[in-house]
Amino acid sequence: MIIAQKKPLEEIIDEVKDFNRLLILGCNECVTVCEAGGKKEVEILASALRMYFINKGDEKKIDEKTLERQCDHEYLEEIRNKIDDYDAVVSLACGVGVQFAAETYLTTPLIPGVNTVCLGANEDRGLWTERCQACGSCVLARTGGICPVSRCAKRVLNGPCGGSTNGKCEINKDLDCAWQLIIDRLKALNKMDDYEKIAPIKDWSTDRAGGPRTVTREDVKI
Amino acid sequence: MKIPANFKIIRVPCTGRVDVIHILRAFEKGVDGVYVVGCLEGDCQYNEGNFRAKNRVKQAAAILDKIGVGGERVKMFNLSAGDGPLFAQYSIEMDNIIRNLGPSPIRVAKQNKKNAA
Repeated sequence: MIIAQKKPLEEIIDEVKDFNRLLILGCNECVTVCEAGGKKEVEILASALRMYFINKGDEKKIDEKTLERQCDHEYLEEIRNKIDDYDAVVSLACGVGVQFAAETYLTTPLIPGVNTVCLGANEDRGLWTERCQACGSCVLARTGGICPVSRCAKRVLNGPCGGSTNGKCEINKDLDCAWQLIIDRLKALNKMDDYEKIAPIKDWSTDRAGGPRTVTREDVKI
Repeated sequence: MKIPANFKIIRVPCTGRVDVIHILRAFEKGVDGVYVVGCLEGDCQYNEGNFRAKNRVKQAAAILDKIGVGGERVKMFNLSAGDGPLFAQYSIEMDNIIRNLGPSPIRVAKQNKKNAA
């Protein structure tokens, strides 16, 4: 899922202070799971902002709404009838949701309430870690299901670098060396022969370096 | 021991049910303080309910500090369910803390607005 982190309250206050009617817009998908922008976070942010501005003698109309998804026009349509009641929308969706909402409602300022961090997973209570960089040409089949692109600091594709010590990465002693993990896993799978195979050069044109990416599927178009 | 009569008890099945928003909503409605009273640490029947509550009280306090209400207006206490005198003592302690702090700025702001109208 997409991992996001709440923006500091001070930053949001500074962005919204000049608007009088605000909608705090949450998203029921990834940001709910990573506890950054779901219904609960919408309620907390809205309540905090209402109190902050009441306390400043500048009471504002601050409403709450959480959509099933913000990266989908169908769900964004749910607020079309109400959008003109607001001077601005604080979206707690990931960067995709914020942009999609902005594209849908051209005359309403959209303010992001979270920082979108990475594609990752919930490893433990309160701990989310990166697992994928969306490079566009997956190598997991030959790396034992462990991604060297997202989990190796250097994105090395052919084995550990000289900075790998006791299974840890040189950039941080708490960070596992991705290639140590890969080799341990290949051994467990009895597939170390795969490690010796020469892999073709990875196609990096599918990565972000090739500019914004799109997926077109003629077979599902109507 | 005499217990202050100026607070309202909201019963929850476990303090683990108490969320940040419950605390914030109370302040938004104009209360001067909130104290969450849970079982002794290590004695939770749901294992970690009171630890969850402890963290949420901390989160609420951090938000209240940032919005100028004051994080010291929310506190967590732990006691055994059978320890009535200690509950009374904590209630008195909380009452004293709030009296020293004075009314919540939200309540004052709302009252001022009402008076002006």
